[in-house]
Amino acid sequence: MNPVPVAGPAIEAFALSRMYGDFAAVDGIDLSVARGELFALLGPNGAGKTTTIKMLCCLLRPTSGTATIMGHDIRNDPLAVKSVIALSPQETAIAEHLTAWENLSLMAGVHGIDKEQARRRSGELLEMMGLADRAKERVKKYSGGMKRRLSIAMALVSDPQVLFLDEPTLGLDPQSRRAIWAYIEELKGDTTILLTTHYLEEADALADRIEIIDEAKIVALGTAAELKSSISSGHVTVVEAQNLTEDAINALREIYHEVRATADGVEIEADGVSLYDIEDVLRPRGVVVRSTYQKQVTLDDVFLELTGKQLRE
Amino acid sequence: MRSAELTKRNFKEVWRDPLSLGLTIGLPVLMLVVLQALGDVDGFFTPTSLAPGVAIFGFVMLMFSAAMSLSRDRESSLFSRLLTAPLKPNEFATGYSLPYLPVAIIQGVLIFAIGALFGLEISGSVALVVLILLLMAVLFIALGMITGALFTLKQVPFVYMVILLLAIFGGAWVDIEAIGGAFKSVGDWFPFAHALDAARDVMIDGAGFGDIATDLYWVVGYTAVIAGFAVLAFRRRMLE
Repeated sequence: MNPVPVAGPAIEAFALSRMYGDFAAVDGIDLSVARGELFALLGPNGAGKTTTIKMLCCLLRPTSGTATIMGHDIRNDPLAVKSVIALSPQETAIAEHLTAWENLSLMAGVHGIDKEQARRRSGELLEMMGLADRAKERVKKYSGGMKRRLSIAMALVSDPQVLFLDEPTLGLDPQSRRAIWAYIEELKGDTTILLTTHYLEEADALADRIEIIDEAKIVALGTAAELKSSISSGHVTVVEAQNLTEDAINALREIYHEVRATADGVEIEADGVSLYDIEDVLRPRGVVVRSTYQKQVTLDDVFLELTGKQLRE
Repeated sequence: MRSAELTKRNFKEVWRDPLSLGLTIGLPVLMLVVLQALGDVDGFFTPTSLAPGVAIFGFVMLMFSAAMSLSRDRESSLFSRLLTAPLKPNEFATGYSLPYLPVAIIQGVLIFAIGALFGLEISGSVALVVLILLLMAVLFIALGMITGALFTLKQVPFVYMVILLLAIFGGAWVDIEAIGGAFKSVGDWFPFAHALDAARDVMIDGAGFGDIATDLYWVVGYTAVIAGFAVLAFRRRMLE
């Protein structure tokens, strides 16, 4: 095992690629995740998020390129990499014939955590995930949501320096989802977290930075705010109106450069839009303005703009 | 002792699956009782000549159930999660193999105990018989590991059939000397006939270590090589 470098990024990937025959599952991805950062890989199913995580966890051999985790190369020193990471796989990953308590001891044990610490951490995690009162029951009898929560807890029990959360809240009820978000928030700062998700709110709410990945390639990188401002120069005002004519829209275009027709009105992208001006243009043309409001740019808009696809199915 | 936790988990998985455990232990015992009853009629089967073969048949059953459960485990994402733990291939191999050793011992003890009820006698060293059977148990568990690590759940039964036939026609069950010819020369290249011959020589004729040394070396050699391949099979699975 090589000595652990004290500084530098927690995760760094250099042109990481994985081919299956002619098909590129991951195509030359670069990553740099700072220590303590919560970094989200956002993309639709099949974009290459899980393949990336599997390579970073030394489960899958990169076809080309490499990466380092806390300074350890994934190609040359997988044992050193594995001693600082934990993975919460996309599917629920638990031992069905064991109790929740035994599942946590198993993961603590294979990561070499001492018994006392394992017991304390397991207790905390079971409490947090709302499983404490059924901790000694075999998990086979658990509901889907309970299994999922246990599966995530199993990634946390070894106190990893770098945590990979592959779609952590997929299929969870809103209440459990919020509980897990709250816990992830708590880990922020101490633990470096790489999270993959196709839930925009999740990336928006939790991540320090977001990398958008589509068809095996990175299409954008930045904070949620940076990504949102990258696609829109200013504010978007939505006008919902009746009897809107082509003539009325053209009249608006004489005042504002960006005017888009929508199903029930127009969207005006400009700074300092005056509602009075809009009324003055539309009313004489027989248009009834029902409502106007400022539209918030969402990551969904960013995604649509960058890839031409809606992220949500 | 990181692999100890893995051993413990797999041990619990084995013991908390009563159906497959019952079949693995129960079938060979049933087989011994049935054959013994048949033997009583025409005097062909004696418990002393039957017991080692039935024990080896039990290990083939064990190989099957070990292969099935490893293959099933591999399809679960728990397996990927376990592979992200800092364990080496040999630690994975022992973590998955060791839980089956107590099952093999119980099989052997039961078969010999029931054989004793019917009048089984060991004229030579009991320790030698135990050694031969333990080596065979390790060999079949390792075969189970290789099969489970390399084949899918649907393929495992076919591999099991091949190994079962190989073991039978390789002399794990019938005395290939009696069949002779091609069977004899093919069987000599596999460890099964050597193990069975050695065990019967010790039990019936009271043979000592010197008498069965060559047979024993065959068995030790095969067991070591197969166990080595089992570790390689795990290594193959760790990084796809």
